[in-house]
Amino acid sequence: MNGPFYCGIDVGSSYAKAVLLDGAGRVAADVVRRTGVAFEAVAEALRADLLAAVPGALGGIERTIATGYGRENVPFADGAVTELTCQALAGWHLFRRAVTVIDVGGQDTKVIVLGDDGRRLSFQMNRRCASGTGAFLEEMAARLDTTPAGLEALAERGHDAVALSSFCTVFAKSELLSLIRGGRSVEDIALGVYDAVVRRVVEMTPLHDGIVLTGGAARPGGVLVRRLEAALGRPVLVPEKPQLTGALGAALMAMRDGGAPV
Amino acid sequence: MPRLESTARLQALMLEAFRECDAAARAPQGRVAWCTSVGPVELLRALGFAVFFPENHAAMLGASRAATDLIPAASAEGYSPDVCSYMTSDIGAFRRGVTALSRVDPSITSVPRPDVLVYDTNQCRDVVDWFSFYGRQFGVPVIGVAAPRGVDAVTDDLVAAVASQIRGLVAPLEAIAGRRLDPGRLRDAVAISRDTSLLWRRVLSTGSARPSPLTFFDACIHMGPAVILRGDPRSAAYYEGLLAELEGRIARGVAAVPGERVRLYWEGMPIWGRLRDVSDLLARLGACVAGSTYCSSWVFDALDPAAPFDSMARASVELFITRTDAVKERVLADEARRYSVDGMVFHDAKTCPNNSNCRYGMPGRLAAGAGVPSVIVHSDLNDLRLHADEGVRLALEAFVEQCAEASP
Ligand code: SF4
Repeated sequence: MNGPFYCGIDVGSSYAKAVLLDGAGRVAADVVRRTGVAFEAVAEALRADLLAAVPGALGGIERTIATGYGRENVPFADGAVTELTCQALAGWHLFRRAVTVIDVGGQDTKVIVLGDDGRRLSFQMNRRCASGTGAFLEEMAARLDTTPAGLEALAERGHDAVALSSFCTVFAKSELLSLIRGGRSVEDIALGVYDAVVRRVVEMTPLHDGIVLTGGAARPGGVLVRRLEAALGRPVLVPEKPQLTGALGAALMAMRDGGAPV
Repeated sequence: MPRLESTARLQALMLEAFRECDAAARAPQGRVAWCTSVGPVELLRALGFAVFFPENHAAMLGASRAATDLIPAASAEGYSPDVCSYMTSDIGAFRRGVTALSRVDPSITSVPRPDVLVYDTNQCRDVVDWFSFYGRQFGVPVIGVAAPRGVDAVTDDLVAAVASQIRGLVAPLEAIAGRRLDPGRLRDAVAISRDTSLLWRRVLSTGSARPSPLTFFDACIHMGPAVILRGDPRSAAYYEGLLAELEGRIARGVAAVPGERVRLYWEGMPIWGRLRDVSDLLARLGACVAGSTYCSSWVFDALDPAAPFDSMARASVELFITRTDAVKERVLADEARRYSVDGMVFHDAKTCPNNSNCRYGMPGRLAAGAGVPSVIVHSDLNDLRLHADEGVRLALEAFVEQCAEASP
């Protein structure tokens, strides 16, 4: 594989991700770990993972850019950039057209609008509350006594989604209880949880064509993607590895800062 | 960031003003009026009142980060945590028997006891509820002006209606002051206010220089005299000095934010408990907030000593905060041009809808109409329970990155 290499580290609130690009801008390796509480340690571990995957990169990483919640806690990074800029870069890199990137992250959901030259025109973030974020899905999964993957498996079997009306994660949890008490099936409730996320997303900004969904919850062909498509009445673009777009954007930024064309 | 040398004079002047209010409240002959920040202060000065501004006091509670702990005391009395956190923190402080003035001068142990409270609802209705609380506590009258809101064109009829209300305050205030209104003194007070206002405008306008010699955050501190010493000659003298310092900076090319690369405009209230943090963050990013609607609220172009009542009324009705969204949109577009900013920061302050102008689609219209991009930060003026550091930091950083990318 050709050096030099460029590294992007995305220390998110739930997961930390890293992408290594080779000199031609191809993904040489990517890795994911749970973030935990020690940001610096997880960043170091990610770098070790990348080097284990691409031993030739040892000593050849030209630049590293950190992003995400813990972007200031990556000791070996050459710079830190917000996830919004990284998502925008990755969105442009992957699709080369005016797109709107919806990133459902652990703590917040972001909508980033790109112009047809790839420049960011505007962005929105959800308000103070966790509703509509990955954390919301995790909380709801826990309330239903399952994991996020289990929640999605349940939702796959749902037919008649319940309507969760609450804006607030804590209130939504108590709403789940009354739905269970009212005899609604867990599958329909799980599907309703995904619809609640979708509703929070579509109210953030007008969504037209070229919608890209990223983030750990955006499994290609998964429930969140299908429910968003149903709500919008049009297909949604999903990168092959939607959880990694932040890290990819950071690596692209490292490349651009290093003077290489992106 | 280079520190403004005027700051020491500012602190001394503010201290002097607080001490005078305190002394007036203690003196048997002293008369203290509490006034809303854009209320009819010139009339109060002309009648010899020492004037105290609860909003300034509340901002001090916010800036010292005491507010968040005080608000629950007001909530416990039935003041919702959703209403003005200036009011709730101020009432909370009163209930707890503390005052922000003690931080400035430990010998001041309470807010100055009012003889009357005078409001103008040009800014909001909350001030009436706020002042009425104290009216009940102290058993003193609460009087004021019920101003028109949502004003499109400032018509003579509107001005006349407000002017007659201000005139209506004279008799009750004379009774409390124990003296007749001297028209000459009123004209003088209006003239001094106008001079202060003009100087304050020029101070703020230095922000349009590139690089800007002052930031919104500096202005939030240095606007103190424009608020609490309006109608007092010391405020005009203070701003002459500050203006000279800022013009000196412009002449020498001294930037308030060294390496200024992005210029922003702030729409809405400051986040008082995070003023320094937000200022430092933006400075680190090379972003200068060169102008703001908030600090411009104490510019009263209309004041005219030849027609004191009418011009005070006009100044009150003209205020940005009282206007329709259509007028506000035009003002914001003009301001963005005047300060040649790359973008606008809208502060959506949870407990002050009156100063949160992003709630009815304004950011989108401003982008479409005037090409001004913006970001919304969700926080509050005083209640830090409504503020998330990480969210605000991320929004501002991302916006600065966006503006830097877009600028040629
Ligand atoms: S304008 Fe806003 S901050 Fe000022 S008193 Fe009214 S509600 Fe409070």
